[in-house]
Amino acid sequence: MSAEGLTDEALAAIAGRCRKWIVSIGHNAGGYGAHFGPALSLVEIMTVLYGVGVRQSPDQRLNSERDRVILSKGHGSLALYAALHEFGYIDQELLVSAERDGTLLPGQPVRNRELGIEFSSGTLGMGLSFGVGLALSARMMKSERGVYVLMGDGETNEGSVWEAAMSAAHFGLSRLIAIVDVNRLQSDGRTAEIMSCSLRGMWEGFGWDVIALDGHSIPGLRVALQTPISTRPRCILASTVKGKGVSFMEDAAEWHHGLMTEGQFETACGDVGRRASAP
Amino acid sequence: MKIPSGRGLSRLGPRGTFGMALLDAAKESDRIVGLTADLAITSGMERFRVQMPERFFNVGIAEQNLVGIAAGLADDGWIPFATTFANFAAMRSCEFVRHHLGYMQQNVKIVGIGAGFAMGQFGNTHYSLEDVGVLRSIPNLTIVSPADCSEVYAAVYAIAASFAPTYLRLSGVPSMPCVDQEGTSFNLGEARVLRSGTDVTFIGTGSMVSVAVRAANQLTARGLSVGVVNMHTLKPIDELVLNGLVGQTAALVTIEEHSVIGGLGSAVAEVVAAVMAAPPLLRLGVCDAFPKVGSYEYALEQCGLVDNVIATAVERWVRGAA
Repeated sequence: MSAEGLTDEALAAIAGRCRKWIVSIGHNAGGYGAHFGPALSLVEIMTVLYGVGVRQSPDQRLNSERDRVILSKGHGSLALYAALHEFGYIDQELLVSAERDGTLLPGQPVRNRELGIEFSSGTLGMGLSFGVGLALSARMMKSERGVYVLMGDGETNEGSVWEAAMSAAHFGLSRLIAIVDVNRLQSDGRTAEIMSCSLRGMWEGFGWDVIALDGHSIPGLRVALQTPISTRPRCILASTVKGKGVSFMEDAAEWHHGLMTEGQFETACGDVGRRASAP
Repeated sequence: MKIPSGRGLSRLGPRGTFGMALLDAAKESDRIVGLTADLAITSGMERFRVQMPERFFNVGIAEQNLVGIAAGLADDGWIPFATTFANFAAMRSCEFVRHHLGYMQQNVKIVGIGAGFAMGQFGNTHYSLEDVGVLRSIPNLTIVSPADCSEVYAAVYAIAASFAPTYLRLSGVPSMPCVDQEGTSFNLGEARVLRSGTDVTFIGTGSMVSVAVRAANQLTARGLSVGVVNMHTLKPIDELVLNGLVGQTAALVTIEEHSVIGGLGSAVAEVVAAVMAAPPLLRLGVCDAFPKVGSYEYALEQCGLVDNVIATAVERWVRGAA
C-alpha cells in the first residue's frame, strides 16, 4: 500500500479506528486487563509513522531495505497491533486474538517479521541499542534505510538507553530516529516525581538533534518525520497524554494497566465513538 | 581452515589466538564483524581493527549496549563477535544476552575473555567463576569452552559457521599447555574422548582439561585405569558420551575453573542423576566463596585445581569407595 498521499484527515480517521481497536481488544483480553494508557498515548505517533513516516509496506515486509520500526516500549503493544492491522500487515482475526492464551500477539510483542513485528519487547531500555546495530548495519550496506525506535519517557530511566544514545551520536547515525512518547506517567506515578530529568537537555547533551512537539498533532508529526536528516541522530520528544481519548483514563496513572468494568467499557466506547455491541 | 601450530598459538594465549582466528575467519567470510567494549587490545582484536576498520566497532565501556548493537547487526545477517571480560559478558549484560540471544535467537557470538582466574591480581571483580552457571539456564544459547589455543582457533571457525547464539568462554593464560587430542576432531556439541578408563574418568573443560590429563597420567602411573573427556561444549552438553560412560567407568570427576555450582559439574550431574546405576560423581572446581586474590597460579592452588592435588584427592576417593 502506498500511503504517501494520506491526508491529515485520513490519518485522523485511522487514528480514530486504532483507538477503537485498543479499547475493544484490551477489554476482551481474557479479563486480565491490558496496558491501555501507554497504547492510547502512542496512537497518533504510530499512525503518522506507518502512514507517512516509514518506507515499508505489507507486500514488502521482508524487504531488507524497509525502514525499521522498533517498539522498545512494549507496553504500547495494542497501538502497534492496531496500526499493523489498519495498514494491512495483520488481519482482523489475528488482531482480535491479541492477549488471548497462545496468541501471536501477546501483551508484550514477540518478534515476528511475517507480521511486521520487528522486535520482542517488554523489558525496557533494549530497543535503542538494537536500533544502533540496525543503523550501523545499514551504513555498512550503504543503505538509506531509516530506523525508528519508539520509547517511553519512563523507559529513559534505564541506563542502557543512554549507553545507546551515546554510541549513536558517536557513530553519527543520522538515519536513527528515537521517538519518545512523553506521557509523563510511569507505573508508579508521575515521571517528574519518580525520577525527574530534563529530557531535551539530556538528548542534546548526548549529541542528538531534538524536535519537541505535540505527540497528538498529526500535522506536527508529519512535519517532524519528513524533516530532512542532519549529520546527527534525531530524537522526537512527543508530548502526549497517557490514556488519550478515553475520558477516565486520560492522565491517570492507574490506567497504565487495568481492567474495565462493563460500565467503564461503555463509557470508553462512547469516548472513542465505538458501538459497545460492535464485534 | 588450517590451524596454525599449537605451540605458536599457545604463546599468543587464548585471547591472541582468538584475535588471530577472527581475522583469518573474517578474511574468508565478509559477514563477520567485530565488536568490543573497550577491550580491543586485550581481546587480541587490534589487527582486526586496523585491517578491517569498516567491520569493527568499539562501543566503549558499555556491555549492555555491546550486546544490543551486536543483536541489531545479527538481525541483518551479520555475524558479530563481541568481546568483553567473561564476568561482564555474563552478568553485567546478562538480560541483554537472555533477550537478544536467548529469546530473539539473534546469531551473536559473545566472547568472554579472561574467564576463571585469568585476571590474577585484578581479583574477584574480574574473576569469572559464575558465568557458565548464569548463562547455562538461558534457552537457545550454545556455550563453548575450548581446552587449549588450537581449540580456540577451531572454535572460532566452527562458531562463525554455525547459526546459533553462542557464548565463547576463554579460560587460561598465555603459554597455557597444548592438549594432545590426536585422533579426535573438534565438532560443536561433541565431547572429545581423549582416553578411556575403567576406574575413573575425568571430564574437564577449558583450561582444566590439560590439568585433568596430567592428573590422569599420575594416577595411571599409580595403577589406576583413568579416562579423560574434553567437554568443550557445555551447552548443549554431549549426553551421548556421558551416558556411554555409565557401565564403562566406576567413577566420574568433573574439573572446571568455575564455581562448583552451575557449571560443568552441575551440567554433568543433571544428566547422570537420572541414570540408574550411574557412577558416583566428584565435582572439582571453586567452592562457593570468593577466593583469596593472587596470581593465576596462586588462585588455582588455593582452590586445589592443581594436578598432583587432584590426583591425590581422586585416588583417595576412588580407592576409598572401592
